[in-house]
Amino acid sequence: MFELLGITPQALVSQLLIGLINGSFYALLSLGLAVIFGLLNVINFTHGAQYMLGAMVAWIGLTQVGHWIGMPEFQLNYFVALFLAPLIVGLFSIVIEKTMLKRLYHLDHLYGLLLTFGLALVIEGMFRHWFGALGNSYPVPELLQGGFRVGELFLPYYRLWVVFLALLVCFATWFFIERTSLGSLLRAGTENPRLLQALGVNVPLIVTLTYGAGCALAAFAGVMAAPIYQVTAVMGSNLIIVVFAVVVIGGMGSIAGAIVTGLGLGVVEGLTKVFYPQASSVSIFVIMIIVLLIKPAGLFGRSN
Amino acid sequence: MKKTAIATLAASCFLAAAMPVHAQTVSDNEVRIGVLTDLSGIYSAIEGPGAVLAAQMAARDFGGQVLGKKIVITSADTQSKADLASSKAREMFERDKVDMIVGNVSTASALAAMEVAEQFKKVSIVTGAASLQITNEKCTPYNVHYVYDTYALSRGTGKAVVDSGKKTWFFVTADYAFGHTLERDTTEVVVANGGKVLGSVKHPINTQDFSSFMAQAQASKAEIIGLANAGGDTIGSVKQAAELGIMNSKQTVVPLLMFTSDIQALGLKQTSGMTFTEGWYWDHSDANRKFAERFMKEFKGKAPTSPQAGVYSATLQYLKAIDAAKTDNSDAVMKQMKAVEINDGLFRGKIRADGKFEHDMFLLEVKKPNESKNPNDVAKVIKVIAAKDATLPLAQSKCKLVTN
Amino acid sequence: MMKRNLSPLDKISIVIIALLALVPFQGFVYDLFMMKVFCFAIFAASLNLLLGFAGLLSFGHAAFFGMGAYISAYVMKEWGLTPELGLLCGVLCATVLGYVFGALAIRRQGIYFAMITLALAQVIYFLATQVPFTNGEDGIQGVPRGQFLGLIDLSTSTHMYYFALVVFALAFLMIKRIVSSPFGQVMKSIRENEPRAISLGYDVNRYKLIAFTLSAGLAGLGGALKSLVLQLASLSDVFWHTSGEAVLMTILGGIGTLWGPVAGAAIIINLQNYLANLGGWSTIATGAIFVVCVMAFRRGIIGEIAYRLKIKL
Repeated sequence: MFELLGITPQALVSQLLIGLINGSFYALLSLGLAVIFGLLNVINFTHGAQYMLGAMVAWIGLTQVGHWIGMPEFQLNYFVALFLAPLIVGLFSIVIEKTMLKRLYHLDHLYGLLLTFGLALVIEGMFRHWFGALGNSYPVPELLQGGFRVGELFLPYYRLWVVFLALLVCFATWFFIERTSLGSLLRAGTENPRLLQALGVNVPLIVTLTYGAGCALAAFAGVMAAPIYQVTAVMGSNLIIVVFAVVVIGGMGSIAGAIVTGLGLGVVEGLTKVFYPQASSVSIFVIMIIVLLIKPAGLFGRSN
Repeated sequence: MKKTAIATLAASCFLAAAMPVHAQTVSDNEVRIGVLTDLSGIYSAIEGPGAVLAAQMAARDFGGQVLGKKIVITSADTQSKADLASSKAREMFERDKVDMIVGNVSTASALAAMEVAEQFKKVSIVTGAASLQITNEKCTPYNVHYVYDTYALSRGTGKAVVDSGKKTWFFVTADYAFGHTLERDTTEVVVANGGKVLGSVKHPINTQDFSSFMAQAQASKAEIIGLANAGGDTIGSVKQAAELGIMNSKQTVVPLLMFTSDIQALGLKQTSGMTFTEGWYWDHSDANRKFAERFMKEFKGKAPTSPQAGVYSATLQYLKAIDAAKTDNSDAVMKQMKAVEINDGLFRGKIRADGKFEHDMFLLEVKKPNESKNPNDVAKVIKVIAAKDATLPLAQSKCKLVTN
Repeated sequence: MMKRNLSPLDKISIVIIALLALVPFQGFVYDLFMMKVFCFAIFAASLNLLLGFAGLLSFGHAAFFGMGAYISAYVMKEWGLTPELGLLCGVLCATVLGYVFGALAIRRQGIYFAMITLALAQVIYFLATQVPFTNGEDGIQGVPRGQFLGLIDLSTSTHMYYFALVVFALAFLMIKRIVSSPFGQVMKSIRENEPRAISLGYDVNRYKLIAFTLSAGLAGLGGALKSLVLQLASLSDVFWHTSGEAVLMTILGGIGTLWGPVAGAAIIINLQNYLANLGGWSTIATGAIFVVCVMAFRRGIIGEIAYRLKIKL
């Protein structure tokens, strides 16, 4: 039967595996976006730029910082970058939130979207100006190089690491928000900020920190992406509308929805690449249309 | 009433302020050359600002003047988009009275610019774009295709690889005209030399993730995985092929189009040993090296790419043609350009009736990291492909200038 | 004919059109540039109509703009239709597409509505890359300017300019009429208080669909005119960045004003022209304008002027 479809069972399985790998990556990326929208009602279009910033910080740490401080051998390796980049980008995002985003909360969330869209253009424009269009190569860290063979397929260790780490972080985030008391504080803050404030909780602080954390998640995904994709100024803008689509399909408030949809999308895209590769970029949008027509608030969304 | 007056005044001032103040300098006592290329978009590393510098160098080397008129170099950014190329070309010819446009990397923008040039009866010289169509089906009487085309790439890289014994191929192709043409031309070469194409996969342009396509290539077990794509897509394909362990003794990845700028972006570790075809390489002859040194001094130490050298040479030839024809009238200049043997140290050959500049091509191999003495030293020439082998024979041409 | 007082807006509009009519006689402004502004102003105005009067933000309007461009380019080049028929074909197709998309999207609100329009536009973009008549990356090039009504040759720059100016003026006249018509009043009430409009018995979804369809047709007109002026229809026309640019122009000019989209289009196109040679500056400047508009300038330029002068613009 498979031969009729033009593909062997092993090849199909390997494509599904690749799809899952990509899916876990999409899940991680959409997680940050879902957190920010679910808890803050802000549509963070800067997410793609923050993802790119994470990758850039990693690359700069590896190759440029040594030159700046006069010790060319000095390097901030990949594992350091996994902590440092999200921290730096998170702090930067907090500054954005405190100076600009905060003032738009009382308005239609359209304005938040437009602001973050504008910021994304500014950030990407600056990096494109400094680093050009072709970008830079970031090597796979030594520890994670190589891979092993499963039948015909070669599975790089690094990709497996990505899946592992992405799923770990996704689960941890979900657990934190849905199952811990601090998480429930966050969720309460979305539903009734005034009441929570009246109870003595510093809601603005929580909002700021949540935004920073969501953006840090994007940067984290960026560091993980650096060894796989070329580190360019536009790497985020190519992905951003796909990630948005994932979040919308999953249901804009839902953390679990983003994770599940991200994984599912990776698989669907993988299958499309086998049977109708030219359409792989558009498959997610076709799915979005179908889902939104049947379930207007997304697969796991809460309609309000 | 007063409010309306104020409002009207405000509106008029506003409109006036919003309009660009371009004083139209209609000066026909100048020879104007427009460098029309991708200055800031996806292909900007291939020509970009370096091309503008190259044209300026040519004007300077020629003496800054031709037939007593000053030479002026202007530039505009197409961002590799056809509609920007079209409107910028029109602006250059109509408003800025430009006499010749040179450059263009993406085939779509090259074709758009050529179209406008033909309308205005002005010379266009394409240096960075690849498709054979430019001098084949879409040829125009005012166009020259200077550096390379998909036919040359297939006869260079394609033939060399098949001759080396690797007969089975799988293509990873960018899903647009350039990719399709490159795949088609290379398939012709492969089949004509006893090889076999086991399959191909077409990916959308500007794809991020090639792992799935590479896995399909791997599954085909073809000895050669030919990349019929360019720029960011080539870089992504190579990077991820390496990651998936495809670059080993059983399978090789061959980028059918690669520039020195791509090699520098990928790094020598990932590309060493790869063969590619170019119309010019900086480290090939003394004359090339001398030019490259002068270029590097003004271009942050980066060696010129082949299209950039093409812009220099083309500009120089254009100026020489004006000088010889004693006029900048396009018909006369085109006739002159197609009549002479070109030999300026960088390129040697002749421009044919269909506008194709027939010259030798070079097969290069990327050096290993320890062989490279500096960041520009990325490859060595392993074979010179004679001009007539690298160019579509006129007898097979579909160009309307030749078939009647 | 009914005699009525011309409002300040009418007077200003006449002055603006008159000034624009003088453009071919001076050497400061390049008429191709102005014609490009007309096309994008119509496009931005179509979005403005939807957003400002119906309160719906669409992220996929490039689909209609591009559809108008491709269809009219095709019929003018391959079938040799005259320009006014070419424009008509483009507009009709865009309108039909608008009705179909609108029917699918209208039932959703806010960000979901915007995302459905974006997704639908991405499907159109994909189709544009695959369908043979669009020529993929190359686009439809060399669209002939043709002869208006078979009589007036539009390949002369001046003739083309006046044709474009007339189309532009008619488009804006139509918008003004729609807005001040009973239909426009109902749209306004829906935007301001939808539940009340429903309780008053208005079929809100039907009104929104009509507004969306009209807006799509108008966007198609912008695209069709553009394919005639620039003699080219390409993939950029259907790409989502173009939708984003139109949103920017609308906001910069001022949502809900009549002349806002023109100001927005003029500024953005001008900016892109000037900054194009400076690498990433064009993107940076565009982004910066977005940020400034949203933070400090929410009424947009024309909106701000109108507010200060307490008139409608």
